[in-house]
Amino acid sequence: MSESSGGCARPTGAMVGEPPQPNEVQEEAKETTVVTAKVGSKAPDFTAPAYYQGGFTEVKLSDFLGKWVLLCFYPGDFTFV
Amino acid sequence: MSVDSQFVHKVWNDQELSKMAGKDVPFHMASDGPGNVGRIYGVYDENSGVELRGRFIIDPDGVIQAMEVLTPPVGRQLDETIRQIQAFQHVRATGAAEVCPAGWTPGKKILKPGPNLVANVWKEWSPLKDH
Repeated sequence: MSESSGGCARPTGAMVGEPPQPNEVQEEAKETTVVTAKVGSKAPDFTAPAYYQGGFTEVKLSDFLGKWVLLCFYPGDFTFV
Repeated sequence: MSVDSQFVHKVWNDQELSKMAGKDVPFHMASDGPGNVGRIYGVYDENSGVELRGRFIIDPDGVIQAMEVLTPPVGRQLDETIRQIQAFQHVRATGAAEVCPAGWTPGKKILKPGPNLVANVWKEWSPLKDH
């Protein structure tokens, strides 16, 4: 977990625990925004700015390899989850 | 993760969640402003510009073992999420030698897949007794 670089959340273009794909494939995926998350397959890796216990940081999914991860999306802060 | 910024996450934690839970949120509150991550996970709604209530259980190898996606008006059931994680952890701990049938909770009847189980699940597991 590194300090926040101030950038937006972005997919790394690789699956968790897999080497990155060649650049051209990444570019293609970016333009068409293909859903790549599939049950039974490796999770698409990403980095995202985050708030964590008093500080701003950057979170990367693959940093959690070796642990169970619960990834939750929700419509917005100040709503229920 | 939501499309809110990490700064709004902080205010939500400080002004509401910490008061609800009596402590700070113990996990990362990630920001996906442009919806880039939500899109590849199939939970970003282009029309409303927000993310659906998507939930993914990812194992220590980075494999997605389960997903659940709800539209915004209905909330989730955390007990069910925890039950599924416990079941996946059990399967993993036994190298998939033991599997968890419908309604399984820790301590309940497991099944051992193999030739002897074929057409014999009814002898091993009862929806009335073991569910």
